[in-house]
Parts: sequence; structure tokens; C-alpha cells
Amino acid sequence: MSTHARITLAALLSGTLFGLGLAVSGMTDPQRILGFLDVSGDFDPALLFVLGGAVLTTLVLFRFVLRRPAPVLAARFQIPALKQIDRPLLLGAALFGIGWGLAGYCPGPALVGLGVLSPEALWFVPAMLLGMYLHRWLSGR
Amino acid sequence: MNTWMSALLGGVLIGMAATLLLWLTGRIAGISGMLGGVLLPKRGELAWRLAFLIGLVGAGAAWLWSVPGAYVPRQGFPPLLLVVAGVLVGIGTRMGNGCTSGHGVCGLGRLSLRSLAAVLTFMLTAVITTFIVRHVA
Repeated sequence: MSTHARITLAALLSGTLFGLGLAVSGMTDPQRILGFLDVSGDFDPALLFVLGGAVLTTLVLFRFVLRRPAPVLAARFQIPALKQIDRPLLLGAALFGIGWGLAGYCPGPALVGLGVLSPEALWFVPAMLLGMYLHRWLSGR
Repeated sequence: MNTWMSALLGGVLIGMAATLLLWLTGRIAGISGMLGGVLLPKRGELAWRLAFLIGLVGAGAAWLWSVPGAYVPRQGFPPLLLVVAGVLVGIGTRMGNGCTSGHGVCGLGRLSLRSLAAVLTFMLTAVITTFIVRHVA
């Protein structure tokens, strides 16, 4: 098998685990997301365990992985080079948060919703793709 | 399994998925970045992104279809709100170079200050937005 095919297969495996994690954890339910974000109302702390479990896992395991000179199937790690905390980062994150808080969907769970033909995802996902094109057009790239 | 246990288990699965991708391929498991990369493909970088997204949607949907009570559709949520939210999530994640997965799960895991700033920012605006929608508007 070519390296390219192995990388593709590894990504399929990782995506599969990721999708299972989203579904098992309850992240795919926008009502629970909004319950988590609604700290002053009916606060549902369960999603702290999702984020906490995920981040604790990467915090520990990434250390071992990044100690290697290179990943198993590629010549180098493709870690974002940007270090600066700039306006696009903060403005972009702020807009994303507003969208997340309005409907309760971030990109991964919305895509999973498409897989179960959720009527909400059929509205949300095309709008999200439109937003991505809009950003490309606005930034002139 | 109670909700806290399944939340923790699901979270650990997500963290292991991100670790697997980094360890084997050297790539960051950022879902908005992968979507952006599928919309605007670069040579040699399309197949792995598509494969990840197919696995994500397939496995997530299979679980929601097959486990009773896992998928509870919300009723009566305004489509206009979904569209506005979708556009904001699309623009925001491309402008800020990441979402909950790339900045949250992966960025915090590799101790990136940029990602920490992004996570604090989107958590804050999300909490404020939810507050306004549920308790003010």
C-alpha cells in the first residue's frame, strides 16, 4: 500500500473514532450543548466531562507523540506555525462562539446530524459552507 | 451508562482519535479546517480529509441510528436562526482558524496559547449569546 493510501486509511480510522466519541458523549445533541452554555439557567455540566476527557487525553498523549522526530507515516508534523494572538483569531473565535451559542452546533456535530438526516442540519450545514465561502471571498483569497 | 460516564468516555474517545491522527499522519484533527480543505482542495491533501469526514459522519450517524434514545430531534427551532448560526460558524471558524476540535481538543493538548485565547473567546461569546437568547430576548 502506498504511503498516501496509508495516511488516508489512518484518517478514516481517526474520523471513525472521533465520530463515535461525539455521538457517545452527547455532543451531537444541540439541546445539551445549549444546556451546558446556559450557565445561569438550567446548567448541564456533563459536557465539561467531554471537553475535560478529550483535553486531558491529548495533554498526556500528545507529549509522547510530539517527542518523536516525525509521525509514523509522514516526514514531519504539520503543526500550525502561527503563534501570534491577532485580531482575525479573536474576531473569528468570537463570531464562531455567537453561532455556536445561537443554535448549539459546532462543525463536527452538525456534520453528524447530516448523517442522520436531521432537518436542522440540512439548514445549518449548507449555511456553514456558505459562511466558509463568504470568508474566502471577503478575505480576497 | 449515566450521562456523566458516557460524556467522559466520549471525550476520551475524541482525544484518542486526535492522538491517533497526529501520531500516524502528523496532522491536527481540526474539523472546520478539514471542511475548508475539502472546499478548497490542495494537491495531495484532499483524500485524508475526505476519509476523516466520511468516518466521522458514518460512525457518528451509525451510533445515533442504532442506540435507542441517542438521537432526539429538537422540535420547532426556527430555521432562520439555524441559517444565521451556520453562516457565523462558517465565517468565524475560517477567520479564527479552528473550532472546538482544532483549538479546543488539539490546541489545548499541545499547549498553544493562540488556541487557549480562541477557546476562552468562543466560550465567552457562546455563553453570552445563550444567555441573551434564553433570558433576555
